[in-house]
Amino acid sequence: MRIVVAVKYVPDIQSDRAFVDGRVERTSDDGTLNELDEHALEAALRIVEALPEDERAASEVVALTVAGEDADSALRKAFQLGVDRGVRVSDDAIAGSDYFGTARVLAAAVRALGADAPVDLVITGMAALDGLGSVVPVLLAAELDLPQLAIAGDLQVDAAARTATVTRELGHVTEVLEAPLPAVVSVTDHANDPRFPNFKLIMAARSKKVEAWSLADLDVDPATVGDAGARTRVVSAAPRPEKPEVELVVDKGEGGKALAEYLIRNELV
Amino acid sequence: MTRNVLVLLDTPASELRSPALEILTIARTLGTVEAVALEEPSAATLDQLAAHGVARVHRVDLPADLSDDARHLTPVVAEAFAAVARAAGAQVLLLTSSFPNKEVAARAAHTLGAGLVIDAAALRTADDGALVAGKRVFAGAWDTECAVSTDVAVVTVRANAVVPTPADASAVPEVVAHDVAPSASATAARVVSRTTHETDGDGRPELAEAAIVVAGGRGTDGDFTPVLDLADALGAAVGASRDAVFEGWFDTFVGQTGVTVAPRLYVGAGISGAPHHRGGMQASQVIVAVNNDPECPIFEICDFAVVGDLADVLPQAAAAIRAHKGV
Repeated sequence: MRIVVAVKYVPDIQSDRAFVDGRVERTSDDGTLNELDEHALEAALRIVEALPEDERAASEVVALTVAGEDADSALRKAFQLGVDRGVRVSDDAIAGSDYFGTARVLAAAVRALGADAPVDLVITGMAALDGLGSVVPVLLAAELDLPQLAIAGDLQVDAAARTATVTRELGHVTEVLEAPLPAVVSVTDHANDPRFPNFKLIMAARSKKVEAWSLADLDVDPATVGDAGARTRVVSAAPRPEKPEVELVVDKGEGGKALAEYLIRNELV
Repeated sequence: MTRNVLVLLDTPASELRSPALEILTIARTLGTVEAVALEEPSAATLDQLAAHGVARVHRVDLPADLSDDARHLTPVVAEAFAAVARAAGAQVLLLTSSFPNKEVAARAAHTLGAGLVIDAAALRTADDGALVAGKRVFAGAWDTECAVSTDVAVVTVRANAVVPTPADASAVPEVVAHDVAPSASATAARVVSRTTHETDGDGRPELAEAAIVVAGGRGTDGDFTPVLDLADALGAAVGASRDAVFEGWFDTFVGQTGVTVAPRLYVGAGISGAPHHRGGMQASQVIVAVNNDPECPIFEICDFAVVGDLADVLPQAAAAIRAHKGV
């Protein structure tokens, strides 16, 4: 079983996130592995761990990211969780990519990984916590022409039957979808509880090296990605004005009335 | 330049809900509006479309041997939407912002080579004719605008972006049928089961689209009675924090990975305001919180806050609101 997990390096949601020249500012100070991708890594590791021993030995989990060198910290985190390989695709031409450019580069990298031996499964988080679009997994499936199983709150892989089955909660609808492998799956934070790195894995991670690829390695035309290929561009980005000081009432028996009066005064009732 | 704008209808077989009427309202500001339905539109839907000045509804007829469940597969819906867009020569495709619709939007844009905007809060035409979408990002902390540079744009619009308003002039919608056969790729994933959970007739608005939301958290200690009471006094939808859902106290949580809301009024009771919760509600227009901890982070993003026990504050507020409404 070969599983590619697409991960993203994002600004920590607790940090002061910002735009610079129409792009999300990414600094090494407060960047982190997208928290939701930990669930994708966990799902991949558990699928491999559930295999019979001989198949497990022949298995591989590859963490893949499209980013600058800063993102190596996210791949090192993936190593510490037990991932076998980490691949970073970096190229100046990728900067400014929209959803489609990102999906195109990821798809090309999955194809390149598939040239050694077939890739059975691509797993991603349900969204990146900077953009929250949730569409790159779907576009990746479309680029690779593989079945899409998105927003999985539960993922079951039958390695013998070569199928993946997911359960997804969509408001008032619960869907169970099944697809033959290979397939592209995105998992939610309900799918599992990610493990913590242990000492043994942290030591083992030290000897693992990030493999750096460029667009030339992937046979991707630079004009189709990055700013050059983007179908949308940010024309303005500004922090919202600070809210006026909060109106704070300490309840001494009249707090509920004060709340109601506030809503009535502001025509919210 | 007048554009052809195509709106995907979520529930044409019954009647259109507020988010669909909101995107029809926005669509009118961009060009000539037509609608797409994957089911036979009901008389009620046609009346709503007439009031919104929609003169043409494209009904997609999928093959008879395609199962009912498979008709909901997002790649199938996307191929149908894209096929109608090509036939109708549409330049803008609009959808409401549910998770399935984001998938539909992405795949339709992929097929059409179109630019894609997810969760737009506003849409306008720039001086140079480009379609420009406004978005609120980073948990509502930044406003961004992005321009679509392709001829065709696909945009999902979040609920409560505008107040739905009928058109000045109504229309008599004609229904045009299109036969669309989904590709093998679109049905590569098979629907094992599809279960609809009825909302047990509680009569409350949908969380994702409500104008007012009241949410409860750990501070309820599992008793949502005061939260439901205030919600009903306000005519609000009810939500919870992720913690409260993990505890089994409520079924739907507001947050970055749960339901994202941007109502006119959000009331958080017994919710401290963890980052993933704030990311799901911080774009709300007015934020009110009740919490017994004066240092809780949600107070930093509030317009109005009460430090106190929600079990006291909420019922008193609900009673005062009912008295004001005269009910």
